[in-house]
Amino acid sequence: MKRADLLLVCVLLLGTAVLITAPLLGPKWLSPTLLWSGSENLDARILREIRIPRVLTAFTAGAVLALGGMAFQALFRNPLATPYTLGIAGGASFAAALAIQLGWSASCLGVSSISFAAFVGACGVILLVFGLTRLRTDFSTETLLLTGVTLSFFFSSMILTLQYLSDPTRTFRMLRWMMGGLEGTAGYRDWLAILMPALPAVAALAAMRHEMNLLTLGEEWAIGRGVALVRTKALLLGLVGWMVASVVAVCGPIGFVGLIVPHICRLLVGPDHRRLFPVTLAFGGAFLVICDTAARTVLAPTEIPVGIVTSLLGGPFFLWLLVRRSPIANVS
Amino acid sequence: MSDDSLVLRVEHLSLSLGGRAILRDVCFVLREGEYVCLVGANGSGKTTLLRCLIGYYASYSGTVLWWGRSGRALSQKNLARRVAYVPQGEGRTAPFTVADFVMMSRYPHWSPFSAPGPADRQAVARALEMTDASHLTARVVGSLSGGERQRVCLAAALAQEADVLLLDEPTTFLDYRHQEDLRRLLTRFNRECGVTILAVTHDLNAAVLSGKRVMALRDGTLAFQGTPRELMRGDVLESIYAAKLVLTPHPFADLSMVVPSAPEEQP
Repeated sequence: MKRADLLLVCVLLLGTAVLITAPLLGPKWLSPTLLWSGSENLDARILREIRIPRVLTAFTAGAVLALGGMAFQALFRNPLATPYTLGIAGGASFAAALAIQLGWSASCLGVSSISFAAFVGACGVILLVFGLTRLRTDFSTETLLLTGVTLSFFFSSMILTLQYLSDPTRTFRMLRWMMGGLEGTAGYRDWLAILMPALPAVAALAAMRHEMNLLTLGEEWAIGRGVALVRTKALLLGLVGWMVASVVAVCGPIGFVGLIVPHICRLLVGPDHRRLFPVTLAFGGAFLVICDTAARTVLAPTEIPVGIVTSLLGGPFFLWLLVRRSPIANVS
Repeated sequence: MSDDSLVLRVEHLSLSLGGRAILRDVCFVLREGEYVCLVGANGSGKTTLLRCLIGYYASYSGTVLWWGRSGRALSQKNLARRVAYVPQGEGRTAPFTVADFVMMSRYPHWSPFSAPGPADRQAVARALEMTDASHLTARVVGSLSGGERQRVCLAAALAQEADVLLLDEPTTFLDYRHQEDLRRLLTRFNRECGVTILAVTHDLNAAVLSGKRVMALRDGTLAFQGTPRELMRGDVLESIYAAKLVLTPHPFADLSMVVPSAPEEQP
């Protein structure tokens, strides 16, 4: 068995192990026997109704963000690409901040108005980017990248304007939302709010492993091998935009997962998306679950925003990997 | 249109990029089993022409007919099953192993959910063997030397099992020995496997020695089509390159060769 295949199995096992043990961890250790003992005490309900759905939400969000980063790094052939490269986080944050500022509190289909606004904002950005690519026929990925960066800056200043005009309480809520986190999520509803829209997109992305492989070799090489370039690029943009929008709407723009996890996975199993896809899914999910478990445990009963933990844990780990391994295998 | 041996017919192909005309009214045909070299000065539109043929640029006017069907109507996958394009210098720093890299060229033969099968592995092994690259399979493409890399890229194109090879500067950056090896290889594909080849090059000598027919572009127009001997004449070359080139007979082939002019000698 090849080393990469062995590591693939290890990461899949790690993902499963994290999924099983994380719900039991917290300010208080809960035994898994609570699940099938049929007891209805507080501990059992905490495990069933709070911890398990939260771990599932974290896993799904982490997996989607990591896969989004992986796909964008292949599409843009840029190691610094993240799922937020096109300004999705900016658009979502601005819409969420607007909802907070205007005090919208109605909920729609069981989803809070802030989440709803964020989702609309994120989708609006994707449509805007699509519209811009339609304006010119020779829209290159470089232009796309710059468009995304420009949009992000534009939305940042819009958010700053909102915050400047707003009162401290609302400003704090906006800031807090933009740090990203899972403490606001409750029950299985939020999990399903991510899973339902993201699942078909993830499945479609899985079917594009070969296209992503060829794209990392350059657009001309890819088209020479039969990749329908324009359609594939548009499809990747749309799929990633859609699934990341569904995560951002629920969890806010959790950073770092989408940038670092694909790189770690590439260092582990190499650049082939046939292996990279399952490994990124499992590792991204496990990584966010670990960070979230730390976020709700370390300073319990206070929670740290998970976006802070992802950078604190992931940064040094990635640096260690970079220094330890030869650099030839990394970078798409 | 009834001509069965016709592989490619290009009619009145023009393309402007950023308001600048790159190709103007280019017309030519490519027949089955031909080995045609396309020469021309830098910026004359050689690479752009190949990109139009493969569909990388789609905003051209005029028609590109592959086997009588419009290039725009063919799906990219269908086209890639019959035409393999090897661009210049791309995909060369890939972190993939040679085996994986060449296998990825089997893409047009796959459905989204199929995995490489025995037929694919066979095609890859055969392509690597023909290009004398079998010993490189476990190496990472980015770590190969220029000559090895070019052979591996050709192996990838061969593994695609297409009828036509579109090559952009296949011998650039190679030393003399590797240029010779590669030219011999291409001639073999053409003669023994019946692969039709259209190769872009700015090496005139190599072009006239390997191609049976030569085309030349000047400022986006097709300035010459004919046999190598017809091309290698002072007045013809001057009209293409807008410069006087020094010609001398080849010792074995019945052809003139271009040589660099000596610093003192000014005719």
